[in-house]
Amino acid sequence: MNAGDRLPPLEIPITRTLIVAGAIASRDYQDVHHDPEPARQKGSPDIFMNILTTNGLVGRYITDHFGPRAELRRVAIRLGAPNHPGDTMVLTGTVEEVDGDLVTVRVVGANGIGKHVTGTVTVRVPG
Amino acid sequence: MNGEPEVHEEFEARLKAYEGRPAAATGVGRDPVNEPMIRHWCEAMGDTNPAYTGPNAIAPPTMLQAWTMAGLSRRPERTAAYDELLGLLDESGHHAVVATDCEQEYLRPLRPGDEITFDSVIESVSERKTTKLGPGYFVTTRTDIRAGGELAGTHRFRILKYAPARRPKDPKDRKDPKDPKNRKDPKDRKAPEERRPRPVVNRDNAGFWEGVARHELLIQRCTGCGTLRFPWLPGCNSCGSLEWDTVEASGEGTVYSYVVMHHPPFPTFAPPYAVGLIELAEGVRIISNVVGVPYDKVRIGMPVRLEFRRYDEELVLPVFQGVTR
Repeated sequence: MNAGDRLPPLEIPITRTLIVAGAIASRDYQDVHHDPEPARQKGSPDIFMNILTTNGLVGRYITDHFGPRAELRRVAIRLGAPNHPGDTMVLTGTVEEVDGDLVTVRVVGANGIGKHVTGTVTVRVPG
Repeated sequence: MNGEPEVHEEFEARLKAYEGRPAAATGVGRDPVNEPMIRHWCEAMGDTNPAYTGPNAIAPPTMLQAWTMAGLSRRPERTAAYDELLGLLDESGHHAVVATDCEQEYLRPLRPGDEITFDSVIESVSERKTTKLGPGYFVTTRTDIRAGGELAGTHRFRILKYAPARRPKDPKDRKDPKDPKNRKDPKDRKAPEERRPRPVVNRDNAGFWEGVARHELLIQRCTGCGTLRFPWLPGCNSCGSLEWDTVEASGEGTVYSYVVMHHPPFPTFAPPYAVGLIELAEGVRIISNVVGVPYDKVRIGMPVRLEFRRYDEELVLPVFQGVTR
């Protein structure tokens, strides 16, 4: 594995169920993550995915690729275009740095309106 | 601008005073790390990593924050300082909240049975920012999460507290824009109380708007060197002469460049719509809407023809009708 290597993309359909299930599994009861009307009153066209779910999906993307022995050390993400129901997010990753058994991957999750998430993940991959 | 910045400065100083103060003190996780919550999380995320099941299971590291969440219960650990800060933002109209950044470091894995405690500090409060959602302030907190008293992870979290920008009120405006039957002209969709912005008419451009009122698109021409110019300006960029007359545009042009506006929505503008930089046959360029063709069929080089469109009883604007072949 070398800097510049690309991870295979992971396509995630953004269903209403995923948004609500992710919010509740992360104990996030903010109404914008499950109730469309309050979401609209706050300027959003519909409910949108919470950051904890995005974080979980980014972690999953990395460990799916590196396997169950890989240990997440750091996940840093920034949200951009929201994930609304009916959209699809495609996660892609590029190895940024390999330092011994520590691998840093740059992750981008793009949806139909732009980049939902950009971030870096550091993962320990035992040799 | 009418003293408003001073108000922001004073308000921002009050917000800044909260930096460094605790946001949560000796918080205790509602539940110890436990298998059911791990399973619910993995089901939601579609995560089948075997490390998260079985007798030696660890919790998905990205669940770090979930163990600190209050859910529907009160947050006894939240400090008065943090409540005050959020209260100040609420009262000033920045009542909506969205998370923007999350940085987590995992120092040791969490396992079922681990008792969670946490402390949080207000790391920073930004100055007032303009965002797509509306104007607001970014508030960054940093939380140390402990398991059995031992530091297990750190969690830096940034939220935007904002005053929501206005959106179209009619839910019909939010139909799938890709559906051709929803590609109506903006003028058909405006709410009656909302009007398109008025042009700013001044001494230097009054002649242009008088022309528009007569359904003439007038281009300035320098009487010194003959150079055409648009938009209207007091002097000639080529020779500096202040003398000018006008020529009426023939109305023929092509799309020199364009953008499609999806976001943010403005009153009376129903996105998506195409904004074109039109090169007139006379050689000058003008920015206007491209109408009569779906927003996603506008192309560079597309021939367009001038037309004057009435948007309300007062407002007529030059727009460009796409000429498709």
